[in-house]
Amino acid sequence: MIELLLPPLLAGLAVALVSGPMGAFVVWRRMAFFGDTLAHGALLGAALGLALDISLYVAVVAVCLGLAAALSALQRQRQLAGDTLLGIVAHTTLALGVIAISLQTGIQVDLFAYLFGDLLAVGWQDVIGLWVGAIVILLLMLWQWRALLSITVNEELAQVEGIAVQRTRLLLMLLLALLIAGAIRTVGVLLITSLLVIPAASARRLTHTPAQMAAVASVLGTGSVLAGLAVSWFANTPVGPSIVVAASSLFVLTLLRRSS
Amino acid sequence: MQAKERQYIIAPLYFGPFLMSEPLVTVQSVSVTLGGNAVLSDVSLTLAPGRITTLIGPNGAGKSTLARLVLGLVQPDSHNGNTSGTINRRKGLRVGYMPQHIKIDDSLPLTVDRFLWLAAPGPTASRRAALERAGVAHLRRRSVQQLSGGEMQRVLLARALLRKPDLLVLDEPAQGVDVAGQNALYGLLKTVRDELGCAILLISHDLHLVMAATDEVICLQRHVCCSGSPESVSRDPAYHELFGPGAGTPNLALYTHDHDHDHDLHGNATHSHDHSHSHHHDGPCNHD
Repeated sequence: MIELLLPPLLAGLAVALVSGPMGAFVVWRRMAFFGDTLAHGALLGAALGLALDISLYVAVVAVCLGLAAALSALQRQRQLAGDTLLGIVAHTTLALGVIAISLQTGIQVDLFAYLFGDLLAVGWQDVIGLWVGAIVILLLMLWQWRALLSITVNEELAQVEGIAVQRTRLLLMLLLALLIAGAIRTVGVLLITSLLVIPAASARRLTHTPAQMAAVASVLGTGSVLAGLAVSWFANTPVGPSIVVAASSLFVLTLLRRSS
Repeated sequence: MQAKERQYIIAPLYFGPFLMSEPLVTVQSVSVTLGGNAVLSDVSLTLAPGRITTLIGPNGAGKSTLARLVLGLVQPDSHNGNTSGTINRRKGLRVGYMPQHIKIDDSLPLTVDRFLWLAAPGPTASRRAALERAGVAHLRRRSVQQLSGGEMQRVLLARALLRKPDLLVLDEPAQGVDVAGQNALYGLLKTVRDELGCAILLISHDLHLVMAATDEVICLQRHVCCSGSPESVSRDPAYHELFGPGAGTPNLALYTHDHDHDHDLHGNATHSHDHSHSHHHDGPCNHD
């Protein structure tokens, strides 16, 4: 049993650990819908990866970064609000992704696994890749912590104080794209935003500093992965959705705590 | 022999002020267009260490835009790749900026102390001292979202001071502050200027106070209408055209409680030291 459960468990923990601080930034910068859009685009990336026979992770990161660049260019026009543009881009890329995957001949592709994750299918190679990715992302975030936080508090103050705002914003996008690429196999493109947003939102009521909030979000995220896997194992429910429901349950519990 | 030695000592002291006054920022005939509107045209400005410069002008005159240009937050117009005019900033310039107000998302748990740490990581004592300076030491552990507008301004001032800036830019620092508070604020700015030897650029629409606390006034209406010492600007026809007759001058003495001048028996200000600022007047000011 443990041989079966260990790779999914370690893979899920790696994603949840990074989702804590990354999710905190998504919440602070109001990027939930943006993250969702990138995740939808990840499906298109996965399809391209299959079609071109290149690494899934490379293809997903490339498509996510392309989307981020296209979105920031689109947002320069002022007639349509940001969330309208995100709605257009998110669903267009999702539709394109589904079409692209359905056009794959030869290999049988399980669309459901990409949409909702297939944590139980990850192997040791994925686990190693996910942990290397997780450690790289966490180290980069730690190294650039003050810059990342400064542009989140106020971009103009940060710029005046000599922080490279554009570069820092780009770094955050890149790290988010990397995380989404890693998460696509664990919770799937439709549920990754929840793993970013829900633990961070739960942590808000429990903490008093940004670093605390990021760390507590990591703890709550890993707790959700453990609980979700356990439920999935014993009740035979799909893993990805079980993790999300576990995270939401924790969020509801934090609501019971009186706000300080 | 002794006299000669003394001369060597005196020389650097004598040249000191001249070396100090190398400009920090020079803006030369720069134009700015935002969203298709010409906001600034052909504006020039020099900020030197130890000088307090104030931008005045009616709403929409481009005061904030000029300050943001100095800060590098707004770019000058460019035609075919050539920027209009030039902006030169001294290398390694440390800037403290106090915007009018900032909004920090409620989802970010941030105390005043952490907010200051972001501007200048260092020991708690330095942050406590900066807050004390700005008169808001009691707010250090408060969450930034709980601050009132006035409190936030004070915290932003503390944050700007904490960076020990070469140039301090303050956007409407006296807004919503009563007269006593304003006097204290300008007193503080002068002390800071003297201590750090920094240049200070202020934006204000409060004429009287600014007139009393400033080395140079720049009267702005999309271009520089007139500039110079407060006294010379307050006598300039362009200034009166912009703000109405009698603006500034009568109250100049009333609010002035710092000691760069004395009061005569009639309450008029007489200057106790020489102001050698030149005075420019650049054409008529039309307000539309």
